[in-house]
Amino acid sequence: MHSFLLPILNFIHGDGITVLPQMELLLLALGILIFDFLLEKNEKHWNAGLALVGVSASAFGLIMQAKRFNLEHQARPGLPGLPGFQNTVVIDGYSVFFSAIFLAATGLVILLSVRYLDLEREQEGEYYALILLACIGMMFMASGTDLIVMFLGLETMALSFYVLAGYLRREKHSNEAALKYLLLGGFSTAILGYGFSLLYGLTGSTSIWEIGNILDRRSEFVAGLGMADWLLVLSFVTIAAGLFFKVAAVPFHQWAPDVYEGAPTPIAAYISVASKTASFALLVRLFFGVFGRSEPMWQGLVAGVAIASLTWGNLAALTQTNIKRLLAYSSISHVGYILLGLVAANETGLTGMVYYLIAYGFMNIGTFAIVVVLRQRGIIGDELDDLDGLYQRNPAAAVLLLIFMLSLAGVPPTAGFMGKYFVFLALIESHHPALAVFAALCMVPGLYYYFRVVVHAWLKKPGDVPAPVMSNAQAIALGAALFVTLAAGLYPEPFTRLAHYALGIQR
Amino acid sequence: MMPIGHYLFLSLALFLIGVIGVITRRNVIIVLMSIELILNAVNINLVAFSRYFGDVAGQVFALFIIADAAAEAAVGLGIIIAFFHNRETVLADEMDLLKW
Repeated sequence: MHSFLLPILNFIHGDGITVLPQMELLLLALGILIFDFLLEKNEKHWNAGLALVGVSASAFGLIMQAKRFNLEHQARPGLPGLPGFQNTVVIDGYSVFFSAIFLAATGLVILLSVRYLDLEREQEGEYYALILLACIGMMFMASGTDLIVMFLGLETMALSFYVLAGYLRREKHSNEAALKYLLLGGFSTAILGYGFSLLYGLTGSTSIWEIGNILDRRSEFVAGLGMADWLLVLSFVTIAAGLFFKVAAVPFHQWAPDVYEGAPTPIAAYISVASKTASFALLVRLFFGVFGRSEPMWQGLVAGVAIASLTWGNLAALTQTNIKRLLAYSSISHVGYILLGLVAANETGLTGMVYYLIAYGFMNIGTFAIVVVLRQRGIIGDELDDLDGLYQRNPAAAVLLLIFMLSLAGVPPTAGFMGKYFVFLALIESHHPALAVFAALCMVPGLYYYFRVVVHAWLKKPGDVPAPVMSNAQAIALGAALFVTLAAGLYPEPFTRLAHYALGIQR
Repeated sequence: MMPIGHYLFLSLALFLIGVIGVITRRNVIIVLMSIELILNAVNINLVAFSRYFGDVAGQVFALFIIADAAAEAAVGLGIIIAFFHNRETVLADEMDLLKW
């Protein structure tokens, strides 16, 4: 027994700890694919249970990681992170924090999916396996410190999402969403890869620490714009374009509304929350780790993209009649706010970004969860008119919807308000008052279209449609999303501490 | 040995052909091929730089990208077949159920 366990324990004690949560998820994802064969057609929902076991096991591995990092950190306080596998992955507060967010999102999406897939008659094991595989990719995006690992993490996530978006293969909308996501997503990762290859060519290394160091030293003695600087600009532009695409910032946002509308609703929630958060994790690490020295150069670009996202996202959301499309445009505008935190680039700005990502994640999953609840036998439930009279039909869902809408609009005392507050504060601290005023003005159209949703749910007369019923799993997911949305709004202190932990800011 | 600039121009040309292909072609299979072209431009860059620096990491990266391109082609063609089953077309401008 001991001789069999010993090599495994040794591995975990060494480099293995850095990929422990990912390994556990992989094991369970492959387990689900086998377990699936043992189940009868009407027992397939047990796969979801196994997927949740995987998420818990991975969370346990993540706690072990965090403990190990804390121990090492106490021994050597200056240590930025605990590297593994020849500096290709790292454990630091950043990776632990983001992995925790991905696991939470994965757990919530699994809870939301069970009944939805029963209604669609597509309850299969692959679905849950793919969700776990996507989570593995996202974790590598947050913990990778090597261009190869980052690229493969991104592609693991993206390929899983292409399949998941087209998972309802008999639905024409789902097919079309998957195809559009595949073509535009593949295009953007290819462009990102081109940027990575140029970065490798400029520095001769794939480790972002080394690349950052070499580029820092270069900018000290190279003043003029030579061939290499031109290549550096090209590599930055291609990498930025690829990543802005992944977070759906204007002008690379066209895929988002179509994919959210066509994909199964729980997957739309997963794409909008987890994939976006993972891409932000990768973007921040790359921008500060690699292009940190050229910050004045990219600040203007990021500010421009943020302004465009805020404007277009908010304006296009005004006329939407489909809830999922409306949420897509609203998420584009939220990306604008998050990018503004990056423009400020000071401590408050980054804290605001991380805080906003927590708030955005939970309130958005909550809203999508309501749309999932509206999906009943024979009712698609993703049009605004399907919300009519929700207050009479299912008061609990109507109240939850109201709270999530208030949070998305940024009304206190909700998480959405605190996130925006930190971003505005950072903009003023870093002397961008015009941007702060503009961002605050952009909340006005937001109030209009979020309250349009509320009006449909609370004031319109219900038609003769049956009341939507919530399953227990959906109720748990909604409860968790509600808890974080309110807690982060009413009592922000633990969440700011979490954000500081993620960014390695000591207080 | 050829100077590194030649490889860079070759890869840049492939990259641009790929980008133009993605933007202008209607047939989604050709769009998928154009994406593969961009990935090949990446590979040429990586291998050329790897040789230039005498560092093997670039070639490893290129191998991973080849595997990744294969996976993407497999997933992509699967999705295109599912789409074709329901709609009997592979033209991008006929994908109009969801507004672009």
